[in-house]
Amino acid sequence: MKKFIALFLVLALSLAFAGCNSEPVDVKSEGVMTYAEYMAAEMDAEVVIEAYVQATQSWWDNKITVYAQDRDGAYFLYEMACSEEDSAKLTAGTKIKVTGFKGAWEGEVEIMDGKFEFVEGGDTYVAEPFDATALLGKDELIDHQNKLCAFKGMTVEKIEFKNGEPGDDIYVTLTKDGASYSFCVERYLTGPDTDLYKAVSELAAGSVVDVEAFLYWYQGANPHITAVAAAQ
Amino acid sequence: MRRLWMKTLCLALLAIVSAALLAGCHGSRGLAPFAMPESFDTQKKYEITFWAKNDTNLTQVNIYKKTIADFQAIYPNITVNLRLYTDYGKIYNDVITNIATQTTPNVCITYPDHIATYRTGQNVVVPLGELIDHASYGLGGEAVNFDAPTKEEIFPKFLAECSFGGDIYALPFMRSTEACYVNKTFVEKLGFTLPQTLTWDFVWQVADAAAAQDEEGNYLLNGQKVLRPFLYKSTDNMMISLLKQSGGGYSTDEGEILLFNDTTKSILETVALHTQKGAFSTFKIDGYPANYLNAGQCIFAIDSTGGATWMGSDAPLVDIPEENLVDFDIEVMTIPQIDADHPSMISQGPSVCIFNKKDPQEVLASWLFTQYLLTNEVQIAYASTEGYVPVTSKAQSSEEYVDYLSREGEDNDYYYDVKIKASKLLIDNIGNTFVTPVFNGSASLRDAAGQLIENTVKSVRRKQTVDDAYYETLYESITSLYRLDRAGATSVGEQKELGPLPSTAVILLISLGTAWVLIGASFVHGMVKSRKK
Repeated sequence: MKKFIALFLVLALSLAFAGCNSEPVDVKSEGVMTYAEYMAAEMDAEVVIEAYVQATQSWWDNKITVYAQDRDGAYFLYEMACSEEDSAKLTAGTKIKVTGFKGAWEGEVEIMDGKFEFVEGGDTYVAEPFDATALLGKDELIDHQNKLCAFKGMTVEKIEFKNGEPGDDIYVTLTKDGASYSFCVERYLTGPDTDLYKAVSELAAGSVVDVEAFLYWYQGANPHITAVAAAQ
Repeated sequence: MRRLWMKTLCLALLAIVSAALLAGCHGSRGLAPFAMPESFDTQKKYEITFWAKNDTNLTQVNIYKKTIADFQAIYPNITVNLRLYTDYGKIYNDVITNIATQTTPNVCITYPDHIATYRTGQNVVVPLGELIDHASYGLGGEAVNFDAPTKEEIFPKFLAECSFGGDIYALPFMRSTEACYVNKTFVEKLGFTLPQTLTWDFVWQVADAAAAQDEEGNYLLNGQKVLRPFLYKSTDNMMISLLKQSGGGYSTDEGEILLFNDTTKSILETVALHTQKGAFSTFKIDGYPANYLNAGQCIFAIDSTGGATWMGSDAPLVDIPEENLVDFDIEVMTIPQIDADHPSMISQGPSVCIFNKKDPQEVLASWLFTQYLLTNEVQIAYASTEGYVPVTSKAQSSEEYVDYLSREGEDNDYYYDVKIKASKLLIDNIGNTFVTPVFNGSASLRDAAGQLIENTVKSVRRKQTVDDAYYETLYESITSLYRLDRAGATSVGEQKELGPLPSTAVILLISLGTAWVLIGASFVHGMVKSRKK
């Protein structure tokens, strides 16, 4: 009996530990690619993915551009077909199923000509930023393309407005360990009316900041900044 | 009897007032046509807005700012507020949005195709014919406080591009065309020699040859994994130019859509064939031609002469990492031709229109500023930022501009050779340029023309079946997407009457009128009654 109780307790404890340690996993619907399958798909191939909306650019003309992510990786859904009514429902965390074609524009791997549907009863997921500071300037950085990333202890080198004055994109050059990196405040993601746009506009050269950004690509890494704060 | 007559009179009066009010409501949606004031009031302050487009080029931005400062020094009672754009499409979208709220800018850089759409609003865009010819305030008029060009000094061809609907609705600001920026080093490496004039046959032949890869997927030509032998920025222009050169239909001047024809299909079949071979792609699918050209990943890059400063190993403006830049010999050539002896290329570039306002004096202030944009100082400064040309003979023949052109290649900045060659390409070919008819719907037709190519290229790359049935379906879907079955039949010059109101609208209006009459009658009846008491 004692042996049985001891065995039972060991089993129960192991299961409990296993339960504690298990990470939530993305459960994909039938016919939907995993992130690895999506990345392995050839350019121009039709792809079907499920992911969670992290942010959107402004809706226009029945199209919307979405930053999406699952627990394995991220997706950039360029000008996905979307009604204005549905665009309001694409809030952070919302799970959607997207069918489109894999493409690359100036190095940015994305889903073009996508159509989507909301996943009925789907869970929600808002990604925590992945700390990519140590990967800056390294080839491995591209493995995290489109993810929400954190870059810590960055020094502001230059703030340039696309048109020479506020209103359009802001080109931000940050340095780390003597190397310069291009970042961007994308006006259709965080426009001139947002606190982020104003905060970046006022950054002084030399100040040291922590930045969060979607790891967009344009001829190399060109993260779209979503948050900025004085370095901790 | 008298009471009955009085009641009838009251009711009749009320009916007239109600009808007038209803008519007033309807009429308030549009502005009155612009009426030229006798003189410009220099004592009153005017604030006007100018929506301007630049090519992501801060030198152009600074020229706009200097232009405004110089103009305000001449007319201290006019303040010009600048709003900057880098995309004609965004200006178009914003103007459309602002027409509804009567918050259009005063002066706006735009395309004639877009103006045709703006004009569907009542008196939204100011016709410029009367202003241009006005003795005092017209082009170079006696009451204009600066050295403006005369009407005759604007190239007639450029001014004609802004004339439609029986009037002139814009002034040309700058003119450009498309150029083919060629990696001559690659052409010769492949064993070809550039002809005097590029032909489509030559370009396809070289591009096909360039697409050869080794077993590992590296292109033999550049040793890289990436090569887009022939990359076109504006597929709208590509289709339009090919149709023009081949005599295929696009549209009539009256707005009849001719795009969906057999010549178009033949063009698409050619595009599909060379896409299949890996020889052709587009900006929308892959990216900027300049970036691929400068990285040694493109042989034929077709883009506006207004983008010349981005082209070439020594380009003053570069958008790729320095380590990716490749050295090569560049040629600036006209776009490929079907008939090299009779070249044909599009005329494009910014034009300026004026939006109507309640105060005619404000419109006149806008006109003075618009006219200032055509002075030599502005024309030469702006044209020299890119491969543009001034729109006036006054500027083009000026000593300053002739000197500028003669110094091609003196440096890689102001005298950058590719930029000046691009300007000369247009100057030498002004007689060979063309524009497409402008009508309500012509902007959509232009988009549709480009979309036919984009969809075909995408479908080939996506390994979809591209056959006769495909083109038939493509024609139907593009017609529907751009509403070409509804637009285009109406020329802005002869806007059709909308016909009688639908019966439901008539019933609604009669009901509203009757309700107002009854309310009024009841009110008057009450008044009469209380007076009697």
